[in-house]
Amino acid sequence: MQEQTEIWDWEMFFRALPPVLEGFLTVTLLVTVLGTVIAAALGLVWAMLIRLAPQPVSGIVKWFVAFIRMTPIVVQLLFAYYAFLMFDAMTIGIVVFGIHYSTYMSEVYRAGIDAVPKGQWEATTALSMSTRRTWAAVVIPQALRATVPALGNYAISMFKDTPFLLVIGVVEMVNAAQIFGGNNFRYVEAITLAGIIFLLASYPTSVLIRRMEKRLAYAN
Amino acid sequence: MLENIQATVEAWPFLAQGLWVTIQLTVLGSALALVLAIILGLMAGAQHKALAVPGRIIIEFFRGTSLVVQLFFIFFVLPQFGVDLPGMVVGVLALGLNYGAYAAEVVRGSIASVPRGQWEATTALSMSPVHRMRRVIFPQAWALMIPSLASLMVHLLKGTAIVSVILLQDFTFHLDQLRRVTDTTWAYAVVGLVGYFVLALVLTLVMNALEARAKHRLGRGPSLREILSPTPTSKDNLSTAGSAI
Repeated sequence: MQEQTEIWDWEMFFRALPPVLEGFLTVTLLVTVLGTVIAAALGLVWAMLIRLAPQPVSGIVKWFVAFIRMTPIVVQLLFAYYAFLMFDAMTIGIVVFGIHYSTYMSEVYRAGIDAVPKGQWEATTALSMSTRRTWAAVVIPQALRATVPALGNYAISMFKDTPFLLVIGVVEMVNAAQIFGGNNFRYVEAITLAGIIFLLASYPTSVLIRRMEKRLAYAN
Repeated sequence: MLENIQATVEAWPFLAQGLWVTIQLTVLGSALALVLAIILGLMAGAQHKALAVPGRIIIEFFRGTSLVVQLFFIFFVLPQFGVDLPGMVVGVLALGLNYGAYAAEVVRGSIASVPRGQWEATTALSMSPVHRMRRVIFPQAWALMIPSLASLMVHLLKGTAIVSVILLQDFTFHLDQLRRVTDTTWAYAVVGLVGYFVLALVLTLVMNALEARAKHRLGRGPSLREILSPTPTSKDNLSTAGSAI
């Protein structure tokens, strides 16, 4: 019982390190990286469909994107988990995170496409470029460059949202910390450790992105 | 389909209780977040390093460590040191601290983007710093920050869905109960997502109205009464409310 009164126990901290780090490396990072890739690709698809597809399709995509964006990822995870029992929780997590964040990213792409100067579009017409070439060679390269920092910010917020995965039983970093705490009747070290890892990973990245933003603003 | 509807009607009293918990968490969490955001945002934007540095550190700390970590810290760790809070308080605290830190950045940024001339004018009129902030700078910054605050509020609403992990019986908790007696798709996709979507839409509309009011008080755009009247004076009134989704 004496241990209970101690504020910080280093031995417990080092014992918590392996399971928490394992959760971080094998789940948190993996979901963030794969989720970001899916989100970045799907986001572009939504943005292009909303802009280029004929009316009923673009309207439906627009509502779908708004609907996914304005509803909790926790409920989406639970829904997908119980609706698609043939997939394991990890796969469901990656796909749901990818789709949820793609709806944010489609907004970013939309803004990026809108920011391409009108003269660029006129120039493609003057050079009688095809629609495909206009998009592939002129519009998208310019739109993408401006969107990199915003995409990075969403990757960071996806990273910090990964603990939501615990509602479908995935043992990511925070869930691992909580399980460790429950087994040892002591939560301080494990949960603090998870918080420190989040801070150490996300703060430098966000500083880097801010610097990139400044450089891009300067280049324009 | 009919069985689903029947089961939902039977479960409605519980779902309504859950919705009420979710609404309380959203409103109280947002209120705490707003208070913290204004304090931290003013601190971080202050000239004095003694205010700006602690402000920055607190903001980065609560933004950088995830919401769930904060929730678990207050729920699991604090009781070990004798701080045993009711579940609702834990939820409101964690949501308020986390989203308050995000909103503080919005407050700081909006205050910083009030035009230079406005600040200079208050100096020319020899206003005190408090008077300047209260009567000139903040009302203008407020109109600027509402759209971003609105989207953060929708984020906070969505964030409340995690509180069943600290044993609060919110809307998501009761959806899980509903799932046991109906189809998964019905419980989560129809009742659940649509329920949250409607809440988010209502929130957005309220914030749009707030933005219109804030702009009107600065002498830009029509008043709320003009916007809401059944015979709008001009068609573009509604579009001035802005998009906050």
